[in-house]
Amino acid sequence: MRIVVVGAGPAGTRAALRVSARLPGAAVTLAGAEAALPYDRVALSKLLAGEIEVPALLTHSARALRDAGVGYRPGTRIAAVDRAAKRAITARGEALDYDHLILAMGSQAVRLPLPGAELPGVVGYRDLADVRAMLRAAEGRGNAVVIGGGLLGLEAAAGLAARGMRVTVVHAVDWPMERQLDARAGALLATRMGGRGIRFAMPASTVALEGEGHVQGVRLSDGRLLPARLVVMAVGIRPQVALAREAGLDVGRGIKADRGLFTADPAVQALGECAEVEGQCIGLVAPALEQAEAAAAALAGQGQGWAARTDSAALKVSGTAVWSAGDIGGADGEILTLHDEGEDFYRRLVVKQDRLVGAVLYGDTADSGFYLDLITRRLPLGRMRASLAFGPGLAA
Amino acid sequence: MSTRTTCPYCGVGCGVLANGTGPVAGDPAHPANHGRLCSKGTALGETIAAANRLLHPEVDGKRASWDAALDAVAEAFAVARATNGPDATALYVSGQLLTEDYYAANKFAKGFLGTANIDSNSRLCMASAVAGHKRAFGEDIVPCTYEDLEQAELIVLVGSNLAWCHPVLFQRIQAARAGKRVVVIDPRRTASCEGAELHLPIRPGGDVALFNALLRHLSGAGFRSEKPGLAAALAAAGGETGLPAADTKKFFDWFASTEKTVTLFSQGANQSSAGADKANAIINCHMLHGSLGRPGGGPFSITGQPNAMGGRETGALANMLAGHLEWETPGEAEALASFWRAPNLAPRPGLKAVDMFRAAAEGRIGALWVMATNPAVSLPASDSVRAALARTPTLVVSDCVADSDTVRAARIRLPALGWGEKDGTVTNSERVISRQRGFLPAPGEARPDWWIIAQVATRLGWGDAFAWPNAAAIFREHAATTGLARPSLRQFDISGLAELSDAEYASMPPTRWPVARRGDVGGRIVPPVQRFVATPFRAPANAPGDAHPLALNTGRLRDQWHTMTRTGPVPRLMAHSPEPLLHAHPDDAPASDGALVRVASRWGAAVLRLKHDQAQRRGDVFAPMHWTDVWAGAARINAAVNPDTDPVSGQPELKHTPVALTPYVADWHGFVLHRGKLASAAPWQAFIPLEGDVWRHEMAGRGAPPLEELRAACAVPGATWITFQDRELHRAAQLCEGRLISVIFLGPDHALPPREWLASLFAGSAIGSDARRTLLAGRPAEGPPPSPTICICHGVSRAAIEAAIRAGAEGVAAVGKATEAGTGCGSCRPEIAALCAALPVPEST
Repeated sequence: MRIVVVGAGPAGTRAALRVSARLPGAAVTLAGAEAALPYDRVALSKLLAGEIEVPALLTHSARALRDAGVGYRPGTRIAAVDRAAKRAITARGEALDYDHLILAMGSQAVRLPLPGAELPGVVGYRDLADVRAMLRAAEGRGNAVVIGGGLLGLEAAAGLAARGMRVTVVHAVDWPMERQLDARAGALLATRMGGRGIRFAMPASTVALEGEGHVQGVRLSDGRLLPARLVVMAVGIRPQVALAREAGLDVGRGIKADRGLFTADPAVQALGECAEVEGQCIGLVAPALEQAEAAAAALAGQGQGWAARTDSAALKVSGTAVWSAGDIGGADGEILTLHDEGEDFYRRLVVKQDRLVGAVLYGDTADSGFYLDLITRRLPLGRMRASLAFGPGLAA
Repeated sequence: MSTRTTCPYCGVGCGVLANGTGPVAGDPAHPANHGRLCSKGTALGETIAAANRLLHPEVDGKRASWDAALDAVAEAFAVARATNGPDATALYVSGQLLTEDYYAANKFAKGFLGTANIDSNSRLCMASAVAGHKRAFGEDIVPCTYEDLEQAELIVLVGSNLAWCHPVLFQRIQAARAGKRVVVIDPRRTASCEGAELHLPIRPGGDVALFNALLRHLSGAGFRSEKPGLAAALAAAGGETGLPAADTKKFFDWFASTEKTVTLFSQGANQSSAGADKANAIINCHMLHGSLGRPGGGPFSITGQPNAMGGRETGALANMLAGHLEWETPGEAEALASFWRAPNLAPRPGLKAVDMFRAAAEGRIGALWVMATNPAVSLPASDSVRAALARTPTLVVSDCVADSDTVRAARIRLPALGWGEKDGTVTNSERVISRQRGFLPAPGEARPDWWIIAQVATRLGWGDAFAWPNAAAIFREHAATTGLARPSLRQFDISGLAELSDAEYASMPPTRWPVARRGDVGGRIVPPVQRFVATPFRAPANAPGDAHPLALNTGRLRDQWHTMTRTGPVPRLMAHSPEPLLHAHPDDAPASDGALVRVASRWGAAVLRLKHDQAQRRGDVFAPMHWTDVWAGAARINAAVNPDTDPVSGQPELKHTPVALTPYVADWHGFVLHRGKLASAAPWQAFIPLEGDVWRHEMAGRGAPPLEELRAACAVPGATWITFQDRELHRAAQLCEGRLISVIFLGPDHALPPREWLASLFAGSAIGSDARRTLLAGRPAEGPPPSPTICICHGVSRAAIEAAIRAGAEGVAAVGKATEAGTGCGSCRPEIAALCAALPVPEST
């Protein structure tokens, strides 16, 4: 049985390894668009910040993949899929025949269609190539602007600041990382990053990127011009669906798949950030890896399929651990807050009908498992409410 | 080099060895305590350095020289006397005064101002016992000595929580417990009931009925007496006790069959509108029983104060002259006037305490001098007493503390010496005169009370009669008065001490009267006059009814003294009962345990924290008498207490007031622990000192919880805050470099975490990150839950004692071996015994 996995990101690589393990005798090909060995995309921020070098990013050696029965093909972008012929065509025109195809192309960085967006010096923040471009720009120090105050934007800002650039983050909302953080945690984070010389323009929106032959500044809607010789667009990601759409697969926001990660074509599975599983797209590595596990099991006729769990995000931004899960807005919920000014520690818990439905941990995320379990299991809190904010040590 | 002196607390009168400002020890040579001390006495050393001292005279709120202040006092008394006569002046004095001070005050009032309007706070304490003694013996005679308690085979405690109020006597009894029975007659099951053979939870005010019934029982059992009045007493003996017949019979049988029986009675009997009758009902029984005057037998009144007896001996009560001399006895007033060379000896008894303040409220007192006592708190219906103090044109207060509810009301404030500084004598409950000796320098400009009185008398033109060079001279003069108008049957005679030299006075050992001749050694007294007094039963003055269905009883706590001016600032004394608690049987409680509750009567109201207590009889509630504006203004229980008095003794009925309980309405409750005392002004609040100048502030109020105000009040530069909020729960902690500065807990109800654990963090090591995260939970992440301290000498918690019992420690001694609890002063031993009784010891396997 010939199995082709398209995309050598964390999800694709995991799927290739698990399929190989579950289906002895299958010929598994892992086709990666990038030239490198599979690497840890989440750790790109550490590379940018200078905490690690490229080799430390690599997750699997060529030998390990080979020993696991996975034929890895780097620099192999798949340009088309002929489902009728069960054949994937590479950008170079090579045909890879398959009995089963797994699509794990991931996502791409959104680039705002702004005037000047194509100027040299304007980069996204998605892959190793983007980071290398940023590092080259950072060698000359000077001003950088990061558009987007989400996780990726803040990581980019922190990395560039660590490299000696003067960074301003332009963000559309009043506080950064609004999807993971409430306003208070966001303000704490902005203050902390401010302590590292990172400025914020919030709320603000960009109307144009300006410059002659190279980007020189970012024009905001209020008329301000922020000088910049590097502009990083970090305004979000978009599932990579073009290949699937052209192959005639059903595509919504992502490639539509069922709990077994199967598309309408039983010879094709889709998983990771490019997939839309039972209506849900994901943007984090943990559920992507779960999907890879579930897809391999389903292909072997095993397992329950993948079910969305409570979204939780554990992040480290500019040296500050942040974790959030569930409904952190807390509309018509009851809010518990615990804040230690002296140690830059904060947590916010959202309770509805005596159940924990959301949590934000800022500064110390050691108790994240405790809260995720409570959110996931939806257990009534009862008397535990009194000690809820103080972690598992007091919950007994 | 230690100084032999005498404890300033209760009427046991223990000998104390003091060493400067260091800790004190019991005096092994003193006959009252043979070296023992209770929890309060043990902590005396900690009261000495109290910051709250009045150091300079003040007139109209401004510091004044002694000359100016004494002139102002003299002028106020002269004006009041000239305008409306001698009875427009009054002195309200104290069992805290030394005998010499008492003598000077009494001589000043009765001999020279010409008024008998001098009464002592002893009126609140044992005036009923005095009246009972006088009716039965014709004189205020306490026949027994403490040794009788050791020799007795049956001890009956009436209205006495001896374990808490006179702990050293309780310990003496416990030490001689073999072959003895103890019966406790008290509406409450108190600490004194631990180990007692019988507790009779009598209906409040039922003592006369019980002893009337005992008198009939003894008569029926064949006891006979030739003393006058028995037939009338038997004829009048009635009343209901509300006690089970079997228990009553057991008590009567034991009493009838035990020759060596002592009935020890105290404030529970005295503070009653039938207090004098209670004393006489008890004395009647001992007279018929034959145990009066017998070794190990007799009626034994134990006083509350260190020198209540000294006040009685000097006559510093409105209905006595001096030295047990009486207006009623022909020749005695004349003898005293002549001895004193008094120009205008008061012709008749004066106003007793409650009546004195009533007269002041009516505007009939122009100048009132309060010495060493706090009537704004301690008198019944105390809100009207406050009004009386406010209405009096000149209120003079002599005190050693700068801040008490009464000091606050004074126009002229005079700094008096305190314990450890002053020099004189006190007389304890067994008639032993002991020296209080000074061993500390006078702080600021503080002076002896007698000196202050003499200075004012001198300014009024009576200097010759008040020209004493020292306390010894006053004592000699006092002793001489006891020899006047003799021969006489008066037993109080210390004229044998009237010739003591200054040196002999300085070294005088504890001396029991009578001492008619030098070298006499006083002992047990068989009163030469004995009369039965008919005591028809009368119910308490005010009966509970629909509007006020419960009977309020008040009393002392183990580790507090009176209005807390001395004991309140001592953290380990406050630890035993840090908040004012209203004890009620759960079925009478209008709210859950720990809620704030309003106690209201026809006379006033107070707000205390409710304690569900199975030891309370249904229908009775109990509150401690101690709290004041300084400590918890809303918890002044005497604001609610009725001002009715005993018709004979004038003692107020502090033990029985009809009240109603309702939940206290507050929008928020909270507490603040802070390094320092806040000037907080919550509608309900209590201030509690902890070790290391940390203060616990309990509070409750209406409207929005004052989180930001409290944070601002606590704020310290350079510190940071930890905050927690959940709905209406607001908590905050302030730290500076790992050191806890403040903790604030506010919530919508009283369900707040225990304070002990949080308080312990103030003394602990630096607080690390993990501890910061969980601090505002208010309880430890691991380890035993916080537990109140039972043994304050060794700081042993209830949990530690219970753990020792569970581990097999059987009885108080074994617990002491395992934990040290109860091995210090021993005041906590009854509580340890109660814990032993409550927890089964595991069976050995």
